[in-house]
Amino acid sequence: MRVSVTVNGTPQEHDVEPRLLLVHYIRETVGLKGTNIGCDTSSCGACTVLLDGESVKSCTLLAAQADGSEITTIEGLAPSAEEMHPIQQAFREHHGLQCGFCTPGMVMAAVSLLEENPKPTEHDVRHGLEGNLCRCTGYHNIVKAVLAAAGTLPATGAMSK
Amino acid sequence: MIPAKFDYERAGSVDEAIALLAEHGDEAKLLAGGHSLLPLMKLRLATPAVLVDIGRLRDLSYVRVEGGEIAVGALTRHRDLETSDVLLSDAPLLAFTASLVGDPQVRHRGTLGGSLVHGDPASDLPAAILAMGARMVIAGAGGARREVGAADFFTGFLETAVGPDELLVEVRFPRAAGKGWSYQKFNRRAQDWAIVGAAYQEGGGVGLVNMASKPVRAAGVEEALASGASAEDAAARADDGLDPPADLNASPEYRRHLARVLTRRALEEAATRAG
Repeated sequence: MRVSVTVNGTPQEHDVEPRLLLVHYIRETVGLKGTNIGCDTSSCGACTVLLDGESVKSCTLLAAQADGSEITTIEGLAPSAEEMHPIQQAFREHHGLQCGFCTPGMVMAAVSLLEENPKPTEHDVRHGLEGNLCRCTGYHNIVKAVLAAAGTLPATGAMSK
Repeated sequence: MIPAKFDYERAGSVDEAIALLAEHGDEAKLLAGGHSLLPLMKLRLATPAVLVDIGRLRDLSYVRVEGGEIAVGALTRHRDLETSDVLLSDAPLLAFTASLVGDPQVRHRGTLGGSLVHGDPASDLPAAILAMGARMVIAGAGGARREVGAADFFTGFLETAVGPDELLVEVRFPRAAGKGWSYQKFNRRAQDWAIVGAAYQEGGGVGLVNMASKPVRAAGVEEALASGASAEDAAARADDGLDPPADLNASPEYRRHLARVLTRRALEEAATRAG
């Protein structure tokens, strides 16, 4: 079947099998490998992308369901090759990643979270990222990075341990 | 994990979806948000030959006040339930329960109707639907509509009253502004299904999930409340007549204990919200 989508602002059109998952479409058909496949069971969030501006787990959508939609992946966030997206910048500054595998999905989930809740509390961020697993950081610096990007990072020592 | 091959049909209307179901019979499954069905298809536990995608029937996505009732379209997404001003003021139990389903990504895609029709005995929304005394509007061939009460809707493990050529289109329930409510979900990790969940709405009833092969009302508790029992005494009857399942998370005896404790907490929390 024919699928037409916009990925990171670029129109794409391909003939695909109906059973093709969106994450495979993004990685193999379009060729953008920044979106990772982690658990493949809609638990870990590594495959999170934005579908019409909202975070979704692309391992649990068919490419066919995304037909006609706008998709944003981690490659589409930075305004230029020299400049990172504020959330990417905050992850770097606050050491919000170690191995980096969860990071693309974590950042995309954070973009969607701040879109819906621009001034979140620490509690809001922890709950808002519950669909994304990180096995390195213990989440603390990820939460700090998202709060910093939102401008709601409390003073040193005020966050929960 | 990749689903088995299937043919993909996109329905442009409720009638077209029902016609496609009639045409393909047992081979066809409806696809709404896909967050219950696609995981099963990826594990090849479900291998429908035809998928009828109803996800674009956006006219089935709404929350409307109709006199003393609220009508919610079956394709309303969990995210839209948890943020609906109408639900937050007049049916907060449903908005709150929706906010506990899965995680934000899942709530952006999953739908009320899809979750209910899947009939998972452990999913959250049936608890609220049962406690609110909702009615389900089911569409059939030729524009037919019939209503089924929530208590009769869940018929068995992953089974509901929706027939093979039918489609759940709407959920209706009385407005409940000012009535006490609570949903107590017990699980060990974020995202998980309830090991047991208990919902209560004043004037409605008590809905339990993961206490049987289907979501159920706690008849013993409702009877005790109707005869004036205290929250504690009524909650002690939460597992009356139930035969809860055993799995890795809990033995039947532990589930009975949880049902009693969670029901008591639900009744007590609801009392603090009444007014």
